[in-house]
Amino acid sequence: MYVAVKGGERAIDNAHTWLAEERRGDISVEELSIAQIREQLALAVARVMAEGSLFDPDLAALAIKQARGDMIEAVFLIRAFRTTLPRFGASEPIDTGAMTCDRRISATFKDVPGGQVLGPTFDYTHRLIDFTLAATGELPPEAQAGEPRTEPTPHVTEFLDREGLIQTEEDDTKTPRDLTREPLDFPADRPLRLQAIARGDEGFILSMAYSTQRGYGRNHPFVGELRVGQVAIEMDIPELGFAIDIGEVTITECETVNQFMGSKSEPPQFTRGYGLVFGHCERKAISMALVDRALRWEELGEDNVGAPAQDVEFVLSHADNVQATGFLEHIKLPHYVDFQSELELIRKLRAEAETAKAEEDASPFQEAAE
Amino acid sequence: MTAQAAAAMDDYNFAYLDEQTKRMIRRAILKGLAVPGYQVPFASREMPMPYGWGTGGVQVSAAVMTPDDTIKVIDQGADDTTNAVSIRKFFERTADIDVTERTSEATIIQTRHRIPEELLNEDQILVYQVPIPEPMRFIEPRETETRKMHALEEYGLMHVRLYENIAKHGAITTAYAYPVKVEDRYVMDPSPIPKFDNPKLESEAIQIFGAGREQRIYAVPPYTKVVSLDFDDYPFDPSKANHPCALCGSVTSYLDEVIVDDKGGRMFVCSDTDYCASRIRRQEQAA
Repeated sequence: MYVAVKGGERAIDNAHTWLAEERRGDISVEELSIAQIREQLALAVARVMAEGSLFDPDLAALAIKQARGDMIEAVFLIRAFRTTLPRFGASEPIDTGAMTCDRRISATFKDVPGGQVLGPTFDYTHRLIDFTLAATGELPPEAQAGEPRTEPTPHVTEFLDREGLIQTEEDDTKTPRDLTREPLDFPADRPLRLQAIARGDEGFILSMAYSTQRGYGRNHPFVGELRVGQVAIEMDIPELGFAIDIGEVTITECETVNQFMGSKSEPPQFTRGYGLVFGHCERKAISMALVDRALRWEELGEDNVGAPAQDVEFVLSHADNVQATGFLEHIKLPHYVDFQSELELIRKLRAEAETAKAEEDASPFQEAAE
Repeated sequence: MTAQAAAAMDDYNFAYLDEQTKRMIRRAILKGLAVPGYQVPFASREMPMPYGWGTGGVQVSAAVMTPDDTIKVIDQGADDTTNAVSIRKFFERTADIDVTERTSEATIIQTRHRIPEELLNEDQILVYQVPIPEPMRFIEPRETETRKMHALEEYGLMHVRLYENIAKHGAITTAYAYPVKVEDRYVMDPSPIPKFDNPKLESEAIQIFGAGREQRIYAVPPYTKVVSLDFDDYPFDPSKANHPCALCGSVTSYLDEVIVDDKGGRMFVCSDTDYCASRIRRQEQAA
């Protein structure tokens, strides 16, 4: 009976076997392949790659399968794998201006060089359950392909930049700190903040961004531009003496244009928020841009109104869902010992309180006399 | 372990972490030992078990481990609690080292929430799993502030908190993770061990504390002065349940309370399972 309270090696093994069985589900139903997940649950794959900080669609699909569709668990699997990988070096900064855009929209201009490209989006779909998807076998009609743009698509903010209407971002050429190789340290500069938000939980970043829209650190965002597409990764190979293409990744980039009234040293101009994530993750990229902008209050000489989204330490310390879920769920672990010490204490305090009360009740006149 | 699992682990280094990472952790440990009680930031890695489940302790153990070591893992004082079993298995699998449940046989003891009853010696390392390394975190949530407070040795707030306890409840109401001052300098969180264990923080063994999620390592070298915070008129009281162990009869060990029926029946047994089992063994031999 006493031993039963404690866990056991056999219990763990059995639990894991059962879990594997549950993961597979009814064996009369065909098993999911990695390719099916990669191709048909592509947005789930994108989210796992973004928050797992590793671009590998097949591995992300496998993680989703192994995690039974639990996204944070899948992100965790990817992170734990990623941390064991050796590092050969760093790629060149990606040039998002040169990316092949599947989708590219601006909410600030009706038309822009490079055009508005709606691309594959849920926007403007009616959210009606499509029961034909439940019936099998029917292929969707083929989408009409336009001529793909071969020339680079300029960023919308460049047009504002040319007029001096938007704040210029300076490249300080410093190598940014690496969140995965150095402990998080405050104050955190913008590259570090962006790294943390980019791998932060989509739901958390979304809620933080939403809170700024509702007035907790409002910063009037316009989606200057949102683009989704493929961008080449180049890496400098020392033996060759120049950079070569080593592959391409799908990314989503968002630049917001935000109001700014100007300060003593700066004339009124627009400011920017920036979001960049692996895969097709529009919600995350836009949220990231809003949160980035909110965290810039100090640098832009704005008031800190005490909003959560303005608090760097609060946002960065709580954005990571692998950390958060681990610590949250650890309270499932046994805490007999701590709880026992609290039990002892509360019994002792109650006993003392009862004794004190009994003494008080026994001498009702004394108090009146005093 | 299945053959497949064994093959998969061949892809990993001894004790899972790569040597570069171990060096980074060892540097943090050495710094921690050089500045007792000071929280050294370190670039904690994602481990294959969740944050909050001992990743800090596991990283420290992996960094100090050699193939000749023998490890013991306890959780709540017991070797057979689920998470202790899981971590012990992890090291068996990734480092292929000897494991033991006997406190005296272990060279590394990784623990969560307890210090073994049996006194440790100079050949042993006690590795603690730490959830929140900052003793003042629940008074001041900001790390930037608490680091400043440590730097300036500004611990007034901590004493005010303890004083408020006494004013409100007539006693210091911290029963576990009871703050200590190390070598007259840093106030330190001893991890959520019951305050009963605090006197054992002055030890012959090396004690290293690892907080993975919070990215901190700190240490108490052997023979270091460790004082539990208190007041002259309210001295520190390492209390425990006032019962003997129902299994081995010990009156000095820390006890877990076990509910045995739904009519309020309960029994008290040693939380340190090895201590309890050794006593029972000795009693049986004597009989």
